[in-house]
Amino acid sequence: MSEKKFSKNHEWISIEGDIALVGITKHATEMLGDIVFVEVPEKGKSVEASGQTAVVESTKAASDVYSPVSGEITEGNQVIVDDPSKVNADPEGEGWFFKIKIKNKSQLDNLMSKEDYEKFIKDNPS
Amino acid sequence: MEIQKTALYNYHKVLGAKFVPFAGYEMPIQYKEGIIKEHISTRSFAGFFDVSHMGQFFLEGDQSLEKSLEKIIPADLSALKLNQSKYSFLLNDNGGVIDDLIITRTEKGFNIILNAACKENDIKQISRYLSSNHKHFLDSDLSLIALQGPQAVIILESIIPGVEKLKFMNGNCFNFDKAKLYVTRSGYTGEDGFEISIPNKKVENLIKKLIDKKVKPIGLGARDTLRLEAGLCLYGHDLNEKINPVEANLKWAIAKKRQEEGGFNGWEKIKKNIENGSSKLRVGILPEGKIIAREGTKIFSTDDKEIGKITSGTFGPSVKASVAMGYINSKFSSVDTKIKIEVRGKKHNAKVSKLPFYKKSYVK
Repeated sequence: MSEKKFSKNHEWISIEGDIALVGITKHATEMLGDIVFVEVPEKGKSVEASGQTAVVESTKAASDVYSPVSGEITEGNQVIVDDPSKVNADPEGEGWFFKIKIKNKSQLDNLMSKEDYEKFIKDNPS
Repeated sequence: MEIQKTALYNYHKVLGAKFVPFAGYEMPIQYKEGIIKEHISTRSFAGFFDVSHMGQFFLEGDQSLEKSLEKIIPADLSALKLNQSKYSFLLNDNGGVIDDLIITRTEKGFNIILNAACKENDIKQISRYLSSNHKHFLDSDLSLIALQGPQAVIILESIIPGVEKLKFMNGNCFNFDKAKLYVTRSGYTGEDGFEISIPNKKVENLIKKLIDKKVKPIGLGARDTLRLEAGLCLYGHDLNEKINPVEANLKWAIAKKRQEEGGFNGWEKIKKNIENGSSKLRVGILPEGKIIAREGTKIFSTDDKEIGKITSGTFGPSVKASVAMGYINSKFSSVDTKIKIEVRGKKHNAKVSKLPFYKKSYVK
């Protein structure tokens, strides 16, 4: 069973053992609008928690995607690079951004549960 | 200064608009369906835009009025017929563009549509050339609605009979709901369509009629992608006071007669640029792949010399590709010249493209 957590930067992370899948939340895609360009990190790249890791661009503007945890990238999602609209269509499924090998699992404690995240976006409207 | 709202503000809310501050106004950037769907529905059917933030400036006076205006506007106003419109500019002493505009001859003088962010200064600049017998006023009791798209003519004809007879860049008065409207066949999307000047009190009524005909509201976001695909400039981005119309590749908008005879601000400089060419030129740019070249992106030659800058760039929903325009060293301005653009520290391949990216379908 995987566990899903959320960051204040509107990323989700789904954890299965040492490996996690990271993407942006449905709420983030709604704020961004139509996504037309995505840049994902290359395999083997080391990233820091809250460090800029990927790029997402809508018709309006470019935004950074941060990694919720430190670790090593094991895969970037080529599917969304080829068809960025998949991020809008299925942000928390097919529209994932990258897979990461988690360096320090205690960093997960800094992230929010689904309920906490929903409260967070309600309290911090864009 | 307090942020201003158009007469349709509350109705935009009902329609699900997302607002952004733009040129001192709270304006819809998009509605529920989003920019791409709004863009596509304009190109495939029709969309309406609230452009009431733009200045509707009226000038009244005798024959001397056109001579006064011709000092700051390089259009051939003496040849402009009643109800005919022209795209032109206000020019400063160096030939730089103070604003771009649409000027129309009216019964009493002229009507000029000015950009929202520029309108206060524009009026100051125009006033310098007017005499005491010239009247002028910015009419804020009027809204301005653009209806754009291939079905615009059929839809508007069913609401305001007679508009189908208007030729591109021509206008006339019409009646709607016991009010007088002024409708021109024009727009800024590359589609056939109209701009409708209508009393604030009646505008919601007109919009309801358009919505009954399944016309979608279109926000500033899609207005930007539409005009960029059509190769049209956005003032403050692709045009400013330091750029002259020749550099902006808008020489066509300076009347032939005026190019030869001059008598307007910056003519000497502009004439030199026409004769010898300008050192930089506005061009279309097509990046390779999906990379988007936003405003401010640096342009390089294939041997890595900096040769220009992007002034507008986005994803073009109809051309289904990244599109941009910018100013480039004229030596590199011919179509298909290979160039590079620097995005987030990395250089990407691109090429100079002809404009527009999307073929216009105006009714002549």
